[in-house]
Amino acid sequence: MGVSEREHGFIVTARSETDAAGDRYTFSELMVASAAKEIADGELVFVGMRLPMLAFLVARRTHAPHAVGLFENGVVRETLSSALLYTMGDPPNLLGATQCGQMLDVMSLLQQGRINVGFLGAAEVDRFGNLNTTWGFRKKELQRLPGSGGACDIACLARRTVVLLVHDRGRLTERVGYITSPGYGNGTGWRRAQGLPANSGPSAVITTLGVIRFGEDGEAFLASVHPGVSVEEVLANTGWTLRVADELVETLPPSDEALAVMRELDPDHFWTR
Amino acid sequence: MAASKLMTMRDAIARHVSSGSTVLLGAQLEQMIPFSAGHELIRQGRRDLTLVGPISDILFDQMIGAGCVARVMAAWIGNVSAGVGYCFRRAVEHGVPRKIDVVDYSNFTMALALHAAALGVPFLPTYATLGSDLLKKNGDLREFSSPVSEERLVAVRALRPDVAILHVQRADAQGNAHVWGSLGVAVDGTRAAQKIIVVAEEIVEPSVISSDPNRTLVPGFLVEAVVHEPGGAHPSPVQGYYGRDHAFFSQYHEQTRGIEGFETWLNQWVVRADGRAEYLKQLGIERMQSLGVKEHAYTVPADFGY
Repeated sequence: MGVSEREHGFIVTARSETDAAGDRYTFSELMVASAAKEIADGELVFVGMRLPMLAFLVARRTHAPHAVGLFENGVVRETLSSALLYTMGDPPNLLGATQCGQMLDVMSLLQQGRINVGFLGAAEVDRFGNLNTTWGFRKKELQRLPGSGGACDIACLARRTVVLLVHDRGRLTERVGYITSPGYGNGTGWRRAQGLPANSGPSAVITTLGVIRFGEDGEAFLASVHPGVSVEEVLANTGWTLRVADELVETLPPSDEALAVMRELDPDHFWTR
Repeated sequence: MAASKLMTMRDAIARHVSSGSTVLLGAQLEQMIPFSAGHELIRQGRRDLTLVGPISDILFDQMIGAGCVARVMAAWIGNVSAGVGYCFRRAVEHGVPRKIDVVDYSNFTMALALHAAALGVPFLPTYATLGSDLLKKNGDLREFSSPVSEERLVAVRALRPDVAILHVQRADAQGNAHVWGSLGVAVDGTRAAQKIIVVAEEIVEPSVISSDPNRTLVPGFLVEAVVHEPGGAHPSPVQGYYGRDHAFFSQYHEQTRGIEGFETWLNQWVVRADGRAEYLKQLGIERMQSLGVKEHAYTVPADFGY
């Protein structure tokens, strides 16, 4: 398993379809369905691309028909685009948009604290939800990655952020080598001490193995494991001693309705291999 | 009537962009990236450029690989649909073909840096980047205490490009330019720059521009040069003209993993394709046609009458 080099997005090439907990869905589909549940009806969402984009569309078509999507290039959308998107600037994402404004038009809402949730990918996430998309440390060699894009802005200013990534020890690391996008720093009170807005910060890290959330002290804990995945497997693939919730649950599988929407939007499993 | 500012890409670059300049490219993010202008900068052998832009997709990677660049000020540098930029990586990690400085911004702080320059003020405050390593490493982001509240904020220093190169759907010969679709940081980026080069898919009569003044992104009196360059943004999309050539981005990604592959790519698409017309000929009519608009979606006319 592993993510391709597409660090900007969320291509998950984890496992094959047959590895999934059942034949009914892939791990990527489970991640999308879980991500969709992080969006409540009527919320303003910084969408991003690929799996989060699908999650937003699933949410709109199922439980959150009034969620509004915002994109860093200034686009605001309330309807589904007519084609699969490779980038937020693809012509189908602009056709039928509610507004095509400037970057500052959407960033201004973000800084006011009006964006409920933003989706992010990462090369690395750490114990306190800090993200790195600037420097890779593969095979002991420093690799320059593309950088923040809007991720740092979203991590600083959205009320909640949700991170999607493949679960392995190289990616879930005790301490990121570079904080591109701040989470809870080193724990309690860190965000406020930096001057970051109250009521902001990481809400969930959805991986190929489970869902991680954060305690009052800013430290991550395992909140749910995906069907067919053991706690031991999660811990063995995490780069620090991950706390486990007292009331650990199994991640709910995608509903038939959510799967139908995903497969309608991505019939060839281009994003949800 | 004022003299036309229309000129060839070759003349526009020769006259208005010198080595060592700070150049804004790709203000509309993934749309309307002025690839043909970037390629002309490479062909004319510009060196020590500072590239500015939020993303600019693979154009920055190409210019870095060609050795034109001393510094990049950007939020994201790579290949948006395919992943990393190998030329960028080679330059940062190994100094090949030369060492470059990277000044990392976030999208918002890049927009604010240009907005500050557009407003003519030395900086603008924000909460973005607090707590991040971008703030620690980028000297143009400085923490300060608010003079009007008990808060820490980041001062984003104004960033004034020498030249902004803007690809647009249509402009008149004076440079009055219509843009629709993805705007990104184009309004601030052009207001911030000392000079503007407009690259247009179509040249239209001034009456077309003034029929819909809300769509005018740049007024012509700010523009130095207008280049008529259909297809000039390929492989990036231009809303209403052509779509994004995703395969081109993937193929570039595959081919440029190694430096020899990049040299071959550069020779084929930039050095030997001397000008956009040659480039498009090499690409083939069928390919551009396949990217063309399949179904028109015209806006409903707005009544400007009184």
